[in-house]
Amino acid sequence: MIVEAALTLVLLLPLAGFVALLGVGKRLPEPWPGIIATGVVAAAFALAAAAALDFFRGSGDAVTVTWFEWLPALGVQASFLWDPLSALMTLVVTGVGALIHAYSIGYMHRDERYGRFFAYMNLFVFSMLILVLGDNFAVLFVGWELVGLSSYLLISFWFERPTAAAAGKKAFVVNRVGDVGFLVALMLIFGAFGTFAFSGVFAEAPAGIGTGMATAITLMLLLGAAGKSAQLPLHVWLPDAMEGPTPVSALIHAATMVTAGVYMVARTGVLFELAPVSSGVVATVGALTALFAATIALAQFDIKRVLAYSTISQLGFMFMAVGAAAHVAGIFHLMTHAFFKALLFLGAGAVIHGLGGEQDLRRMGGLARVMPRTFATMAVAWLAISGIPPLAGFWSKDEILASLFGRGGLWVVLWAVGLATALITAFYMTRMMWLAFGGAPRWGEGIHPHESPPVMVVPLLVLAALSLVGGLVNTPWRPGLEHFLEPAFAAVSLTHLPGGVTPWVLAALSVAAGVIGIAAATSRYRRRVPDEDSGGWLLLAGGYRVDDAYAALFVSGGGAAAAWTAATLDQRGIDGAVNGVARITGMVAERLRPLQSGLVRWYGAVVLLGSVGLIAWFLTRGGL
Amino acid sequence: MIVTPAWYMALAAVLFAIGVAGMLLRRNALIMFMSIELMLNAANLTFVAAGRELNLIDGQVSVLFVMVVAAAEVVVGLAIVVAVFRRRATASVDELAGLRG
Repeated sequence: MIVEAALTLVLLLPLAGFVALLGVGKRLPEPWPGIIATGVVAAAFALAAAAALDFFRGSGDAVTVTWFEWLPALGVQASFLWDPLSALMTLVVTGVGALIHAYSIGYMHRDERYGRFFAYMNLFVFSMLILVLGDNFAVLFVGWELVGLSSYLLISFWFERPTAAAAGKKAFVVNRVGDVGFLVALMLIFGAFGTFAFSGVFAEAPAGIGTGMATAITLMLLLGAAGKSAQLPLHVWLPDAMEGPTPVSALIHAATMVTAGVYMVARTGVLFELAPVSSGVVATVGALTALFAATIALAQFDIKRVLAYSTISQLGFMFMAVGAAAHVAGIFHLMTHAFFKALLFLGAGAVIHGLGGEQDLRRMGGLARVMPRTFATMAVAWLAISGIPPLAGFWSKDEILASLFGRGGLWVVLWAVGLATALITAFYMTRMMWLAFGGAPRWGEGIHPHESPPVMVVPLLVLAALSLVGGLVNTPWRPGLEHFLEPAFAAVSLTHLPGGVTPWVLAALSVAAGVIGIAAATSRYRRRVPDEDSGGWLLLAGGYRVDDAYAALFVSGGGAAAAWTAATLDQRGIDGAVNGVARITGMVAERLRPLQSGLVRWYGAVVLLGSVGLIAWFLTRGGL
Repeated sequence: MIVTPAWYMALAAVLFAIGVAGMLLRRNALIMFMSIELMLNAANLTFVAAGRELNLIDGQVSVLFVMVVAAAEVVVGLAIVVAVFRRRATASVDELAGLRG
């Protein structure tokens, strides 16, 4: 009972914050909107942590809270599920969310739409909680669309900039492509099971549907997940989404929303287990995306785009994990990634803030001396994402790689791709760190970099601490997270770490990959900014020209189709029909004009003749 | 010589024909009004004659209606004629052909 009430409050607090700030956010003086927004999210985190206590003790049962009958005709209820998986997601969303809200109090200082920013942020947290807590596919879909809306609103938050407005639109449109897949999957699910409820679908799935149906459903789900989580070939929106304020990038486009696809695949693990082909496709898409995005990140000079491609790449790792049925490893990486990538983004935001809006790595350099705390915290995140033990990223990434290797067969190829990606990841992160913080200052005259105010530094420190020790919740000899999540994945046969010395060898290999990447990048970028304008670098910097290809294929193709429709179908067809009717009427009228002579006596004669004619008709024919 | 209803009908037909001829041949608006009155009263005559022959009150009732409507029509019509005459100094309807298509 208490858990139910807490759960309802967890959901309603951010919503209340959103509604309140939408109403009065404009009139409240700075920093009150920020404090309110941070307060509600922090309170939601505290309540969620208290509600999850039983799970931590290992004794809690999953709880369902039903608010109301939503679609009685379809048997759909607005109900929410509190199990270890949703609890963990809720804690990550509200915990990291609260830190980023607090950071935003400083980052958005003196923004003209300060109140609205925090209203949108609270709306996002509410939407994300709907998504992760939904007890059926319909509620999940509502959350799915709501986070898409919040993402759109926040990407184009500075809508005066045409690039920001275009980026928001692009994110929305690309997500629609994935959402079509999700919608089709929902229809297939309802058609096959007659219900949207997780419990019903997952209980009936093993016996109720064949492999073909399961494959169709899961491939459509994957399309939706790829759109939301920026996987190939729908990754194009995420780099552009960096037009939004940096805390938005940290919260939505690194830590939480983009992981919704991973969460969804893990949540529907039962279905994916029935469709081995789909699982293989998920893992392959993840591996390709991881490698593809990592190579692009090598050549980016915009600090936020480096991190954006890095996020896509790390999401690829999570997809590899959930595709290989290593759901715990995937969710584990989701969690640690939320810590260190949010930290990297917030650190990048501090750098951008300190340099007065500069995002180009070529005009940074030497910032370690002027922003020591930002540098120190970002260094932790850098080592964590590079996979250096005992930081958080090492444990989760290594568990993914070891699980892939452990499955044997073709999965070893994916492991090799993952290992190569780990090396590249270490390389580009080191490159970014050297270009931003090492070497000689390259910023222009009149810019005075400065350390951020405490309200921005404290979240960095907390996230650094989490990145430092967050991985220890699930070590091979004390798999705490695995025990914690076990009830949620009871129906799935999970992939576990291989036994014996194999994990140790694999761990040594991945650490070696990280160290080699760091060393190589250090020797290249320690002293100077090398010229990176040859053909290969430009190809990478342009993201393999995927955007251009899409522009040529879909945008100009769609434009041509629209132009043809406008010129031919609309102007000739529809307008032609309307104008044609008018022209025929005109022609007929032209012929009939002489009848209207204006002579009253002529009209009288016509009336007379008409009457005579009618009477003659009646008399001879005896009726009509 | 017995005056049968056919006589009344014949008289009405003659009156109506005179009205039609006047209506179509004369240009003066006032004469045209009179012709219209002639036609209306020709119709009235058939009504009362038929009512009497069939022993029904309906014919006389209809005639009362026609007379009321005719009076109203004349009021409006004469007002228009007077107004037109004031503007154009003519009562010839052939010159009032402004609505020619």
